[in-house]
Amino acid sequence: MTENNKNQGFLGNLLSLPNDNPKKTIIVAALLCLVCSILVSTSAVIFKPQQQANKAADIKKNILAVTGLLTEDADVDTLFEQFEIKVVDLATGDYADIDPATYDQRKAAADPTQSIELPADQDIAGIGRRAKFATVYLLKDGDKAKQIVLPIHGYGLWSTLYGFISFEADFNTVGGLQFYAHAETPGLGGEVDNPKWRKQWQGKKAFNDKGELKIEVIRGHVDFKVAGAEHQIDGLSGATLTSRGVSNLVNYWLGKHGFGPYLKKMRAEVEK
Amino acid sequence: MASEIKSTVFDPLVDNNPITLQVLGVCSALAVTTNMMAALIMSIALTTVTAFSSAIISSIRNHIPSSIRIIVQMTIIASLVIIVDQLLKAYAYEASKQLSVFVGLIITNCIVLGRAEAYAMKNPPVMSFLDGIGNGLGYSLILMVVGFFRELLGAGKLFGHQIIPVANEGGWYIPNGLMLLPPSAFFVIGLLIWLIRSLKKEQVEPADYQIHQVHRTEVL
Repeated sequence: MTENNKNQGFLGNLLSLPNDNPKKTIIVAALLCLVCSILVSTSAVIFKPQQQANKAADIKKNILAVTGLLTEDADVDTLFEQFEIKVVDLATGDYADIDPATYDQRKAAADPTQSIELPADQDIAGIGRRAKFATVYLLKDGDKAKQIVLPIHGYGLWSTLYGFISFEADFNTVGGLQFYAHAETPGLGGEVDNPKWRKQWQGKKAFNDKGELKIEVIRGHVDFKVAGAEHQIDGLSGATLTSRGVSNLVNYWLGKHGFGPYLKKMRAEVEK
Repeated sequence: MASEIKSTVFDPLVDNNPITLQVLGVCSALAVTTNMMAALIMSIALTTVTAFSSAIISSIRNHIPSSIRIIVQMTIIASLVIIVDQLLKAYAYEASKQLSVFVGLIITNCIVLGRAEAYAMKNPPVMSFLDGIGNGLGYSLILMVVGFFRELLGAGKLFGHQIIPVANEGGWYIPNGLMLLPPSAFFVIGLLIWLIRSLKKEQVEPADYQIHQVHRTEVL
């Protein structure tokens, strides 16, 4: 390696130094880092618009899918325009005066001024911090909401699952559940994406007659003869921890520290 | 020359396969073979990274100080992996979501660094590129075979299409859930190694130890 005396490039002087020369070592390392960092940052910048477009389209697609509006050849953007997007103050359950187009709930959750830290006993979803405001998507029929989509997220086994849950006009019957980002084990926890499993959520009741939050993912299969089956969903076989995570995160977001106050208000309004 | 190129590209397929003979890169072979689509994307990503990292490392091989050569190799490999990951996120979004961290983990795949250190540091760029392609293909071949058995027996599907009607959809086949778990990849790879070494006896390694013949008198 040391017999390197041929001048090949414009860095002739440097290149003719023996490879174990400390000066050459440092310069080679510095040059390499420079070139590699330029390559990496260039690729990050070039591909960013495409990646963001993918992500945004994916989220819209998931919102449509969770309400059952998505069809094979439909135009996602046109369909998505039907939604009325609002921002909810989670603490009070009222709509907040924030422009939904600019509000990014995921970013807000990481910003200490826009989020609250969750005490361990409340944090069943394992998310650490929660944004003070959340975006909701309403599908309206005249004045009344006929469906609503809520963003939810929480920790499974390996990763935070991000997704949406939708409700029918009564704000109690689940219309669907869908995750758009997670890194659970493919084939096991990854089966949260399985259409058959997701279909089970359809028609389940989140709350019982007294307004108590009852929905849960159980171990094994739901016995439909037992009382309370309308609140239960089959666990995923081989994915106990992911199933538990999904159960916890749904309970957190529908509970009193999540969308609970908002849903309560909306249900009261429906009953009026 | 032609025969050299041929052996560089085709030897790693069976005769000198990085997974079954050298037993390298097994970790990702366990992780991404639950379905064939993921295995295919992973194979393409790894082959690309191995080929280009070998070519780049080989082209600067005479100027890599030996004291920092592993760091230099890793930096090049890591940069390429990041670029491939960004590309997948931009143009194969669904697939990149499924592969998630495993594309990033190509950086730690022993095959890539192994080829850089064992071949690219001593050979010219074009041959190193071909060597990278060959070894990438060897890896891909095993991944596809393992993925074939795991997806078919674990979910009754191939590339996401239902091949065998499974029981919970009204068919007759009860999927073998174990095939979707990492241990099954060990079994499939183990069986493959057994098969290859039964057909190609020269791949059988000499035993590390010899079973001592116990004589009756010694026992007594």
